[in-house]
Amino acid sequence: MTPFTYARAADTAEAIRLGAEPQAKYLGGGTNLVDLLRERLERPTALVDVTGLSSTIEKRPNGGLLIGAGTKNTAVAEHQAVRLRYPVLSRAILAGASAQIRNMATVGGNILQRARCLYFYDDEGSRCNKRAPGQGCDAIDGLNRNHAILGASSACVATHSSDMCVALAALGAVVHLRSARGERTLPLTDLHRLPEQHPEIETMLDPGELITAVELPPLPLAAHSTYRKVRDRASYAFALVSVAAALEVEGGTVKDVRLALGGVAPKPWRAWKAEAALKGQPATAESFRVCAEIEVADARPLGHNAFKVELAVRLIAAVLEELTGEHS
Amino acid sequence: MSITINGLKAQLPDDPRVSLLDLLREHLNLPGTKKGCDQGACGACTVLLDGGERILSCLALAVQYEGRSITSIEGLCDSGALHPLQQAFIEHDGFQCGYCTPGQICSAIGMAEELRRGVPSHVTEDLSAMRIAASSDELRERMSGNLCRCGAYNGIVAAIAVHFAEAVK
Repeated sequence: MTPFTYARAADTAEAIRLGAEPQAKYLGGGTNLVDLLRERLERPTALVDVTGLSSTIEKRPNGGLLIGAGTKNTAVAEHQAVRLRYPVLSRAILAGASAQIRNMATVGGNILQRARCLYFYDDEGSRCNKRAPGQGCDAIDGLNRNHAILGASSACVATHSSDMCVALAALGAVVHLRSARGERTLPLTDLHRLPEQHPEIETMLDPGELITAVELPPLPLAAHSTYRKVRDRASYAFALVSVAAALEVEGGTVKDVRLALGGVAPKPWRAWKAEAALKGQPATAESFRVCAEIEVADARPLGHNAFKVELAVRLIAAVLEELTGEHS
Repeated sequence: MSITINGLKAQLPDDPRVSLLDLLREHLNLPGTKKGCDQGACGACTVLLDGGERILSCLALAVQYEGRSITSIEGLCDSGALHPLQQAFIEHDGFQCGYCTPGQICSAIGMAEELRRGVPSHVTEDLSAMRIAASSDELRERMSGNLCRCGAYNGIVAAIAVHFAEAVK
């Protein structure tokens, strides 16, 4: 690790003030950042510990939930209202990492975790545009079984590894931000950027801007939601493909649906096209497959991950069939 | 700037780069906590925070835990007597080389607390259930953050299952 100072912010205002230093980084649980420091992929001169700021889960007047950015992943997954009203979020968090890591990791840190692409980590042996802009990408023609099939570019094909964010994308969560310029909100689906020619810029956050909370909208259909993740071992592995879904069926017809994919794109992938195609259609295996095929029609698989296209289609269909069963 | 380790106050290092794992092993001469991967992939460095929450000491900067209390494997024995779970690991062949064992044992103690609290897992079918049975599937899923390269998993699961079947009565 390169040298840095450490300060624990007493309140959000102090965090923003300390975080304004050019090479400062906010520190959550550290489960990703400490590793990146050790690998020297991050070289901040100051760490601002923000874990003591907001770690409450509050019910909003509109019936939604406001989850403080410092809330531990375990605390979100075990929260009664999340389990009952947004099961997809509990399930997604519990499908990620290990219990130890979920006990440490914060909501804000989970959102801002960086790519697990091995070429990004291979500082001495590989080219990576995310690590060294303009250098090139060795993943595109390399071992890219785990890489993206949607939303990637000629500069970067890394995926976003969060499970939690896939559920948040499906739920239409809104991220609360604060900086020296004031407060604002962004839908989670607009927070991460697609790589295009600048994969080193991963989010829409301004320098020094801090995630303070994540807000879940009141969403009755989320009570019928779930998360399914396919990975190379049964537990403690990143997704090959994952699906977060919520479904409302009325009289055999899809009245409303929320769908997002993980493991396939550089950001949590809200399946807008599939949702639009499925609304108003009969809740049948055939419609589910058709809407899934529409979502992956633009997929651009790499040398080793073409299987993800059909896997995504089957997984979407299977999860929607499971949710349809809950209604009958 | 201090931290409590196994009930005793210890000074935190001046350099914030020191991990909690290196504080234990290199600064405080407590080598029971093991450095396996040093990147959060193996669980060998698992310790208990504030009496029962399992965390990975390799992904923690020691300064983050100022004022908090850490229990490592050395803190589990009671006046020289083995912790009952340590005894259970011996009786059920829960290890071969032993390198992952301190992490397995700390992790299992943290896991039991999570089960008592009703924290669901990836394999919990009913998320609304507040009482979750400690089935073999639940134990295996909940312990998946602790790898054993010798493959002593059957003994590990048996030791944990038998010990906590008695402890949760």
